[in-house]
Amino acid sequence: MTSDLIQIVSILAAAIAVSFGAIGPALAEGRAVAAAMDAIARQPEAAGTLSRTLFVGLAMIETMAIYTLVIALLVLFANPFV
Amino acid sequence: MENPLSMHALFHIGPVPITEPVVVTWGIMLFLGLGSAWATRRLTMVPGKLQAVLEMFVTVIDDQIRDTMQRDPSPFRVLIGTIFLYVFIANSSAIIPGIEPPTAMIETDAALALIVLAATIFYGIRYQGLRGYLSAFAEPSWVMIPLNVIEQITRTFSLIVRLFGNVMSGVFVVGIILSLAGFLVPIPLMALDLLTGTVQAYIFAILATVFIGAAMGEH
Repeated sequence: MTSDLIQIVSILAAAIAVSFGAIGPALAEGRAVAAAMDAIARQPEAAGTLSRTLFVGLAMIETMAIYTLVIALLVLFANPFV
Repeated sequence: MENPLSMHALFHIGPVPITEPVVVTWGIMLFLGLGSAWATRRLTMVPGKLQAVLEMFVTVIDDQIRDTMQRDPSPFRVLIGTIFLYVFIANSSAIIPGIEPPTAMIETDAALALIVLAATIFYGIRYQGLRGYLSAFAEPSWVMIPLNVIEQITRTFSLIVRLFGNVMSGVFVVGIILSLAGFLVPIPLMALDLLTGTVQAYIFAILATVFIGAAMGEH
């Protein structure tokens, strides 16, 4: 009974973690890409450097969303209380 | 649903359990090693088709390292190029039926990130000296020492989690879709996986370059 309750709460917690954890990185990635597009439009000859920096920056931002995903997986599959 | 954080041993060699990622990793190592030996066995001054492709590949890696580090790329070509090739082939190995990419297991990513951490320390000490490398932790003032030490740990951890999360989530999503609708439906997602795998291999290699370059300091 208690174990069932913990599993229900875990699934809820995982869903909430991923959904809210995706908001911040989504907004941040949108801003970063918009800024990079702006910069490339102003200075097309710097497109190579800009896109490389953009990719690395996006990977950094994306890590935040991945952290929540990993925490959700820990809660679902490696929960110490189940 | 299969737990993405645990593994089963395929077979045992003595007391050592051998899991699927180990077998796939050794397969990739064999493929890369024998493939490279075969492709470079007859190098000529006037390159043939295969040699031209290989030379173009090496030039691209060199250019990326030079642009990122602002240094001569020759000491780093082997490490960075191997990391990129291995991660790229490991991520792409998902298209072979029945094979799960070894990078979808957190242990493989941890090993790769520890290699990068060791290379960071090695090149930092080699180019700046032990004293110079350690004193770089106290830049701009001694207050920053704990933060700089923590930064080394967190960025290694983020390298692990980034690669693991991206590859594993791809495998996971394809698995879920397969259990819902098997025929042709997962193909767009698998194509997306190939794209993500390539981008992640590039990012892993570039971040390794950035970290090594940062450890070597100004020149």
